[in-house]
Amino acid sequence: MTLFIEQCLNGLQFGLLLFMLAAGLTLVFGIMDLVNLAHGSLYMLGAYFAATFAAFTGSFILGAVLALAATLLVGMAVEVIALRRLYGRDHLDHVLGTFGLILFFDEAVRLIWGPEGLSLPLPSWLNASIQVLPGVQYSAYRFSIIVVTLFVAAGLYILVMRTRVGMLIRAGASNREMVGALGVNIKLLYTLVFGLGAALAGLAGLMQAPILTVQIGMGENILILAFVITVIGGIGSVRGALVAALLVGFIDTLGRSYLPDILRELLSPAAASTLAPALSSMLIYLLMAIVLIFKPEGLFAAGRK
Amino acid sequence: MMPALTLRNIVVGALMVALILLPVYAQLADDRFLMTLFTRIIILALAAVSLNLILGFGGMMSFGHAAYLGIGGYAVGMLAKEGIMNGFIQWPVALGASALFALIVGALSLRTRGVYFIMITLAFAQMAYYVVSGIARYGGDDGLTIYKRSQFFEPLNLSNKTQFYYLCLAILFGAIYLVRRLVNSRFGMVIQGARSNDVRMRAIGFSPYRYKLVAFVIAGTLCGLAGALLANHTDFVSPSVMYWTRSGDLIIMVVLGGMGTVIGPVIGAVTLLVLEEVLSGITEYWQIILGPLLLLVVLFARGGIDGLLTQLGERLRRGRPS
Repeated sequence: MTLFIEQCLNGLQFGLLLFMLAAGLTLVFGIMDLVNLAHGSLYMLGAYFAATFAAFTGSFILGAVLALAATLLVGMAVEVIALRRLYGRDHLDHVLGTFGLILFFDEAVRLIWGPEGLSLPLPSWLNASIQVLPGVQYSAYRFSIIVVTLFVAAGLYILVMRTRVGMLIRAGASNREMVGALGVNIKLLYTLVFGLGAALAGLAGLMQAPILTVQIGMGENILILAFVITVIGGIGSVRGALVAALLVGFIDTLGRSYLPDILRELLSPAAASTLAPALSSMLIYLLMAIVLIFKPEGLFAAGRK
Repeated sequence: MMPALTLRNIVVGALMVALILLPVYAQLADDRFLMTLFTRIIILALAAVSLNLILGFGGMMSFGHAAYLGIGGYAVGMLAKEGIMNGFIQWPVALGASALFALIVGALSLRTRGVYFIMITLAFAQMAYYVVSGIARYGGDDGLTIYKRSQFFEPLNLSNKTQFYYLCLAILFGAIYLVRRLVNSRFGMVIQGARSNDVRMRAIGFSPYRYKLVAFVIAGTLCGLAGALLANHTDFVSPSVMYWTRSGDLIIMVVLGGMGTVIGPVIGAVTLLVLEEVLSGITEYWQIILGPLLLLVVLFARGGIDGLLTQLGERLRRGRPS
């Protein structure tokens, strides 16, 4: 039972982390109609910046804040220099152009930081375990990820649903020409939204950094997961992204830890040990395929057009 | 009909002749690497030609086309591992498995459109990737070495580099011919019509879904053949063949060369892979050049190289009054 609770918390933590990535992706998707494959590169940059700044300043928190600012700036720069020109183009152009950006960022990181990965050590006050429920110990760092991401998610909700900027963002998502015609500086708005998405991706990257190694290509696997989430949730829907991210987080985590046991009950041990790793990696893709077959627009399609 | 002598046709002709004569040069210069490189280029060009059928002509943006490279390759590899070397068994299995996978993926994916189509094809390819990564008997993540190439009847020997090169080239030319015939047929007109306006096609009494599905299966099967060739070429097959970045590479080849022209993908494959070779000779960090270059192609050269050549030819002709 203890293990089950721990795995559920892991699922929650992973889901919320994925939400940080997927939220930015779905905002950019929904508002600028841009398929941004380079989102994973921003996640990677967040992790690299955090590792560098933390080592430089000697403080984990300060390093994280600087990394967040740096990712935000890189994101806005990329938008202004390159991606702005891709709006209104075919999705194929987006895929290709941002694929080029992935190659560029991967190689730039290799050039600057070298081919070996970095590590981001945790400060001692986070590198402990705390009691979350009576008798249940849980990693303080993973727990703090849950707390931080929940705060960010709430902040995002307030920003999008309760502020003037959020109103413009929502208006831009449903009809960009009209918002432009009403005298809103849509270019600036887009740059800000893109920067916000980049910062969220950077946040996910820097929070994941102490758990995994910081390495080139770390953004590519998780990018696909984030895309799966935006598609399951319905493109442009932040609420859908949250639901889908939690769904994916739980299914992936619980699938990996319990599927082998379940299969062993049903099949021979040999067949189970062959099938389990493949099947647990496939689960979320299977989920997405099933969702799309029954709801081709995702669970929470943001009613556009 | 004799094709007009435009700049573009001259370049295409020269490329074909160069591909045909390459082994002669490699023999004279004793350059075995060049043969290996160009065999690979031709095989990937075949994959790109197949992708172009659905992407360029059908407007179906499949982001999982590398899956068929893997399926074709693994069909050859798994059968070889089980002791079946006969190419007359291996290749039909490779084609059949690819066709079946394409039929399933296509039947489900073609119900969606736009970004959802991109993502669901990607999801299916990733599933295939994880399936082969998980099968320990066939090497799992590490891949599967193929100790003996497919066996055919007597004089044909795939281990002979020159023979294998010409076999691949013949198959590529065959595929180009097939795609050309398809695209100009009634069938091809329907899928091109559905690309520009699906609703209108339905209104005039066609069911584009079935036509698109058939095109999707043909493209997948052709790519599976490329996979079988690739496995024979490298004597090895691993899950990384079907990773999503490989599907990205194939899309790059198609768009770089020129979408929606039959020869475009061949030009794209040759350009991309030769560029990779040249750039990696200049600097270890060649992707830092290739990445922005791709972005520039997207931004400024919409018809790809094929389109550029056509435009350049037009300009030359207009500049010189006849």
